[in-house]
Amino acid sequence: MLEKENQVLSELAGKFDCLSGKGVVPAQRRIFLDVPEEIFPDVLKYARNELKFVQLCTITGLDAGDCFQFIYHIADDEGTLLNLKRSVPKDHAVITSVLDSYNGAIFYERELEDLLGVKVEGLPEGRHYPLPDNWPQGQYPQRKDWDPESLSQIK
Amino acid sequence: MGKFVIPVGPQHPALEEPESFSLMLEGERVAAANVTLGYNHRGIEKACESRTYIQDIYLLERICGICSHAHSTCYVQTVEDVAGLEVPKRALYIRSLIGELERVHSHLLWLGIAGHEIGFESLFMYSWKDREVVMDILELLTGNRVNYGMNTVGGVRRDITPEQAQDVLKALVILEEKTKYYIQLANEEVTLIDRLQGVGRLSKEDVLKYGATGPVMRAAGVSRDIRKDDPYAAYGELDFEVITDTHADVLGRTVVRVKELMESYKMIRQILKQMPDGPITVRAPKKIPAGEAVSRYEAPRGEDIHYLRSDGTDKPDRVKVRAPTLANLAAISNMLEGGYLADVPIVIAAIDPCFSCTDRAIKVVNASGGESMFDWEGLRRYSIDWYRKQGIDMKGTKLSRGED
Repeated sequence: MLEKENQVLSELAGKFDCLSGKGVVPAQRRIFLDVPEEIFPDVLKYARNELKFVQLCTITGLDAGDCFQFIYHIADDEGTLLNLKRSVPKDHAVITSVLDSYNGAIFYERELEDLLGVKVEGLPEGRHYPLPDNWPQGQYPQRKDWDPESLSQIK
Repeated sequence: MGKFVIPVGPQHPALEEPESFSLMLEGERVAAANVTLGYNHRGIEKACESRTYIQDIYLLERICGICSHAHSTCYVQTVEDVAGLEVPKRALYIRSLIGELERVHSHLLWLGIAGHEIGFESLFMYSWKDREVVMDILELLTGNRVNYGMNTVGGVRRDITPEQAQDVLKALVILEEKTKYYIQLANEEVTLIDRLQGVGRLSKEDVLKYGATGPVMRAAGVSRDIRKDDPYAAYGELDFEVITDTHADVLGRTVVRVKELMESYKMIRQILKQMPDGPITVRAPKKIPAGEAVSRYEAPRGEDIHYLRSDGTDKPDRVKVRAPTLANLAAISNMLEGGYLADVPIVIAAIDPCFSCTDRAIKVVNASGGESMFDWEGLRRYSIDWYRKQGIDMKGTKLSRGED
């Protein structure tokens, strides 16, 4: 039981020292791992290219109180789901795009920009998703302190 | 040759759902395509944070009118994971049963739409008529045609009686026979094959590159299916094949969907045979302990994924949903580019983007304020009489019920 999951974690820890002992395996085929922001792009590339987590299922962005957290849900062809987490401070909410590893990430990253107000560097210019083009600036619905009432005051 | 750009939408070129496309044309060919989405964004994820875990089941079930059971199952699985609930086996089997019936109605619905988009109206009429067989079964088992309300945290809300199981088996006989005809059609009907072959191509490489999912992916020869790879509900105990095809175009997507119908029937028979007796639910706490979980579900259109973070209260801290159509839309430009403008509707329809269809009774309000209701039988009677007045008599044709 959980051999595969622990194998993935030990390979990641073998490549990146600071990840050692950090992973959690709550269930079969589920791995959660906190990754420091400095090495996140490298860890993701390693998981994609060496460990064959080739599918990006989606990216969850959330307001974790003192920071923004992003969870990249990536899967391999055997059904294992690796959930890599990165966090950035709210006063410097900038992350790098993962489009070079996962071409399908474009809508997921636009959604982070629209709903959480984080800047995704490397994302090409384009229309909003999922909010409308005339959505007022500075209104980020997925933030915990956002109040829908504030919209009515703008108009 | 000059290039020009035409906007298509936000009224959908094929279905009753808003999304807009900007197509750059070179003669009749699409040189580049851009898609704009979000017209249907309703803020459901945010709304979940201010409702209880139980209320959220019903809210999330309404994300989609077709894959409603997919979303509610995917969500309750995350809650059960975090709460550490062991769902009774009978409930898991019932979840799979409704899931497969939902897939059958969804695929038959799609087949009709595909027929309509290519001008094959009799295919549309036939498959939607046959779809009524499974809709009746879903209504019999759950009380509704869509938004079944079967799931709850810890199990399901309604049991299946032996009489209902018999009715399902009877319906399967009809559906199997009809589906064999559709498979023959997809494999042999020259007009259909010529119309769909080579249209909306998305190669295996591009499927993997853009992360397309479901029948779009399997039609390009990629054998992935959450029911097999990451089994949930009762799928770990069912024997079925993952259907793939190598056409990598709209024809391939058609073949995969009609063949998947047969696999669903196979699974439904196994479910009814193997379903253990016992309770259908375990008691679930109102407050869910702090934690997180991800659940994956093979919806008719591909992988549905839900993420849940809980904080120990009776309301979730974060619910994240990715429905399969979003994954497929990342590749839509690729499918459209190089094809003809006239193929745009069928190519878009072939990823099977979803819309809601819960209406069945028609309420007529006349100018004087009086109201009258048509039930199914009355509506059918009315249409037959109407056609008869036009000089068209359906009597003795295959269209009149009971004779086919």
